[in-house]
Amino acid sequence: MSHVPAELKYVDTHEWLRQEDDGTITLGITDHAQELLGDIVFVELPAVGTQLAANDTAGVVESVKAASDVYAPIAGEVVEINEALVASPELANSVPYGDAWFFRVRPVDADALAGTLDAAAYLELIGA
Amino acid sequence: MPQRTPLFDAHVAAGGKIVDFAGWELPIHYGSQLKEHETVRSDAGVFDVSHMTVVDVTGPQATAFLQTLLANDVARLGFEGKALYSGMLNADGGVIDDLIVYRTAWDYRVVVNAATRDKDLAWINQQAAAFDVTVAERPELAMLAIQGPNAIAKVKAARPDLAALIDGLKVFQGLPFASSQGDWFVARTGYTGEDGLEIMLPGSDATVFWNALLAAGVAPTGLGARDTLRLEAGMNLYGHEMDDGVSPLSAGMGWTIAWAPEARNFIGRSVIEAEKAAGPAYKQVGLVLEGKGVLRAGQTVITSAGEGEITSGTFSPSLKLSIAMARVPVAASELVDVDIRGKHEPARIVKMPFVRNGQKVFE
Repeated sequence: MSHVPAELKYVDTHEWLRQEDDGTITLGITDHAQELLGDIVFVELPAVGTQLAANDTAGVVESVKAASDVYAPIAGEVVEINEALVASPELANSVPYGDAWFFRVRPVDADALAGTLDAAAYLELIGA
Repeated sequence: MPQRTPLFDAHVAAGGKIVDFAGWELPIHYGSQLKEHETVRSDAGVFDVSHMTVVDVTGPQATAFLQTLLANDVARLGFEGKALYSGMLNADGGVIDDLIVYRTAWDYRVVVNAATRDKDLAWINQQAAAFDVTVAERPELAMLAIQGPNAIAKVKAARPDLAALIDGLKVFQGLPFASSQGDWFVARTGYTGEDGLEIMLPGSDATVFWNALLAAGVAPTGLGARDTLRLEAGMNLYGHEMDDGVSPLSAGMGWTIAWAPEARNFIGRSVIEAEKAAGPAYKQVGLVLEGKGVLRAGQTVITSAGEGEITSGTFSPSLKLSIAMARVPVAASELVDVDIRGKHEPARIVKMPFVRNGQKVFE
């Protein structure tokens, strides 16, 4: 049974988003995504300063069995990436909503989270 | 409608994540593929390989038949209980399947892959028509592979009555368990690069034996770990390293071809003999990734002598880096690049296996 924290937003490509107090948005992959992927062994993140358009491929997460793209659900500039996750990709399995955040974006659009799913809608999407 | 092995309920009870594998519902893992892999390298794990196809070959011409059917020579099986790995080639020298053949009291037992069952049986029966032999599939048999440095000790703990038989087996030997008429068949073979056993047994006995193994401390291990273990061990997987259109000479199977005696005219011989004389265009190599990412089947390998292709690739749980098997031009030199999603990442050709008996092998 996948964990879906109520305070986060979600997209159908199985990333979560969190609005930070400074206006940036933190992203990661959901518990459901890491369950589907299995043991995660490699994470590639965008360079800080990258200007992402919505739905751009922003990185890659590879498990023992497969590679999967990480999408940018919102447009913005990458302001920080999680180097600890690159060094220890298995964090994405153990703490997908905690230490395993992927990167932080300063959104182009102030209302960037408008089209995202809340926890209830995401739970319904994954049939949990 | 996918098929289930006699152990389906046992897999579900053990927390197995069930997937479709060649038309069979089998566990890909029971929680963590990495942990299961590590357990086989350091202790003991059990795989349900009941989907594999067991065929008994009997009759006055059984030896002559298999000497025609197989690229390796069953005449090398000097005594009952010996096993041989071989390719079964088509007339064009492509690989129909790879298999293990055991010399038995009733002549021979052949174990072929599940994914190729239908075409294998059709081919074997077609070729058998010219010989005085009987080909009998044994679909009622289940098969468990118990692998790892502690595998043999734990099997003996689970089934003390098998201990004497097991103690008499050298690597790559297999014998029926006393009085079982071959229904129970214990072989010191495997697909992981570790010591261990593959045990065929009646499907009706499988759950009791499985439970006894678990009680003896053998860990249920899924097909995911089976793949990473065999890749580290440098062992081919049919459909990846070779298929009907790939020569055994380009798939690292040259050692399995018995060229002598010259008079033995096995199927495919003339084509691969000519290829050998001319020099094959491709060779199989091991790759270790020195750049970033994970090597995967289908990625292009850029070498000094032209392009090749990765046939199997993974993250190696034992080595903590990415490894692959690839088919590359024969003249390729050691340093290559691999196209990973458009980026050229450096990799190095190494001699396989990557891991044997828990230890890194290559330089």
